Amino acid sequence: MYMLKPVRPIILKEFRQIRRDPTSLGMLLVLPTALIILVGYALDFDVKHVPLLVYDQNRSPESRALLERLGNTESFDHIGDVMSYGEIERMFLEGVASVAIVIPPAFGRDLLAGREAKVQILVDGSDANTAGQAVANASRIVASHSTELLLEAFRRVGRQEYVPIDFQPRIWYNPDLVTSRFLVPGLIGFILVLTAVISTSLTVVREKERGTMEQIMVSPLRPSHIILGKTIPYMAISLVAATAILLLGYLLFDVEVKGSLLLLYAAIFTILLGGLGQGLLISTITDSQQVAFMVSVLSSLLPSFLLSGFVFPISNMPVVLQVLSNLAVNKFFLNLIRGVMLKGAGLSAVWDQLLYMLIFAAVTLGISSRRMQKRTL
Amino acid sequence: MKESLLVVFEMVRKEFYQIRQDKRMLAVSIVVPLIQVLVLGYAATTDIKYTTMVVCDQDRTAQSRELIEGFTTSGYFIQEYTVDRVEDLGRYIEEGDAAVALVIPPGFARDLFRRRTPQIQVILDGTDANTANILLAYATRIVTAYARPIVARYAARETGNRLQRIDAEPRVWFNPELSSSNFMVPGVVALVLMIITMTLTSLGIVKEKEIGTLEQLMVTPIKPHELILGKLIPFIIIGFVDAVIVLAVAHYWFGVPVRGSLPLLFFLSTLFILTTLGLGLFVSTVAKSQQQAMLIAQFFFFMPFIFLSGFTFPISNMPDVIRAVTYIIPLRYFLEILRGLLLKGAGFADLWFQAVMLSVIGVAVLWLSVLRFHKTLE
Repeated sequence: MYMLKPVRPIILKEFRQIRRDPTSLGMLLVLPTALIILVGYALDFDVKHVPLLVYDQNRSPESRALLERLGNTESFDHIGDVMSYGEIERMFLEGVASVAIVIPPAFGRDLLAGREAKVQILVDGSDANTAGQAVANASRIVASHSTELLLEAFRRVGRQEYVPIDFQPRIWYNPDLVTSRFLVPGLIGFILVLTAVISTSLTVVREKERGTMEQIMVSPLRPSHIILGKTIPYMAISLVAATAILLLGYLLFDVEVKGSLLLLYAAIFTILLGGLGQGLLISTITDSQQVAFMVSVLSSLLPSFLLSGFVFPISNMPVVLQVLSNLAVNKFFLNLIRGVMLKGAGLSAVWDQLLYMLIFAAVTLGISSRRMQKRTL
Repeated sequence: MKESLLVVFEMVRKEFYQIRQDKRMLAVSIVVPLIQVLVLGYAATTDIKYTTMVVCDQDRTAQSRELIEGFTTSGYFIQEYTVDRVEDLGRYIEEGDAAVALVIPPGFARDLFRRRTPQIQVILDGTDANTANILLAYATRIVTAYARPIVARYAARETGNRLQRIDAEPRVWFNPELSSSNFMVPGVVALVLMIITMTLTSLGIVKEKEIGTLEQLMVTPIKPHELILGKLIPFIIIGFVDAVIVLAVAHYWFGVPVRGSLPLLFFLSTLFILTTLGLGLFVSTVAKSQQQAMLIAQFFFFMPFIFLSGFTFPISNMPDVIRAVTYIIPLRYFLEILRGLLLKGAGFADLWFQAVMLSVIGVAVLWLSVLRFHKTLE
């Protein structure tokens, strides 16, 4: 406590400054919660209700049975029938539809004759993810319809139904494959890093721009004190925001913390330290808020979003980028928090992630405090 | 009129002089978008390659090995670990070393032979719901493919070759190899353009407000609209240069095709830049400090835009209320324009709606912020 004594006035000053700007404070606290509600309700990777076109050249009871099957699922919305490939292409170009099913004239005849009947699934591949899932869903529906026809054929000739393999997929940690369960932990890291990096870098640079930093520097405070004083208020705010997200995630989206809360908060505290260190480091190398903000965005917003595994799995990236992703401290936080929240992982499973975050925080805080020291001399 | 043009021209010159003075600012507005597109173009990928798999084969027969081979030769799974006991599987999934586990029970081949139904278990790590969903589809397809000839043989014997079967032939248009980079890179391009132009404008103007130089300009005989034009034109030029740079990277580095018309592409990009500049101007009229400007831009614009524009999350999956909100997001239209024009060769006849919406939003935003800007000046 004694050590913190000289820091108090800075903390108080910083808090006063934050209080005088209620808009910013409001945004730091209210917007993360608004974001989680948005993310939880609006974002779903599952490809559902894909607009489907039908080009039925056969128009037989058999083709209609298959089409009914396809149209009656959550995966596809049957939006219309077309009479030519040209129409399909036009609808794809306008983005009105992205899947079309084409049933050839011989479909019903082939099926009744016991030959292999073909149907064509045309997909607009420009959105690879949606296209891939739509193909998978359509093939799955056609295959299960085909299996049912087969079983019916067995029944018709009075034979036993036969399914050779009982396929039992089991999904751990998230059996209903709810996207929000994947995104909520990531969102905590995303918001924490952003607010930490950007607010710290800007508060310091602001003082530099106005020349008040020099005033603080000539005071008997040591750089470490200044750093502590400037960061503690933002840590407090970020901790409140993180708690709000956790609570809302639990209350609204059933995202519960399976592992230890203590470990979770230790991780949140560490990532905040890292984010603050990164923000300080940026502030020591830039002189204007505009540049500071640009560098912060470059090093935090997009990398936390794209390089950390928040949305896109790191294992799918090229090797160079996998190496580079180690610079996004958020990556380790995400590994850890997903482990703790979803899998109930303990310290023994995630210690390496925590250690890396500690190293990141120590390095960034160390360098920035060194650089600040140099400026005073 | 001529005088007015001259004033604007002088202001633009002064702005550029200022930008040139701040070397870092110039570097940031040109280099940052370049690096971002280069790095993030690679990062934003939904391709799923080589998922690590742990296998527990308790049967150890030719049949069980054939099924495992079905997984490993599919190109989606790599058998990284092999364990003997089912209890040992959990650890690999828990620690994230493997995303998929395959369990083949003892007696698998025997049961198949006796026409009983053996169980095949696949355990997936559901933490990443999207990946798990796709892997599940792959696994189902592999097991079904393995089972198909067995059923066919049985059916041939039992029902006298009256095998009713439908084969689905998927055909992917516009992007046959389903590479996600063609889809994601245009998204990154749009995102980077939006972020850079919006921050440049909003921070540039708020900075002058903070320092008080905006007041100095106001007491000069420069008229407000000349002031706004003089401030915006440099950003339009920088924005346009950035657009050319990031689109060039997308095309020449990532090989994103340009199937549509290039003039149309640049025309629509300029339309988009005007909209984002308008938003930047709007932020600057609302914010009192640069910190506020950045928070507003970040939380009210960047994040909602990223999530709701269809950049990664399909709009068709969103609840109706939120889907309605996406109609006022300019990034959504620019994404549709970029992807349509680059990947499908869509022309103006296909994209007129997006162009109209972009213009409407752009004009509305610019008008609103110019009004607000006038007020600030008064």
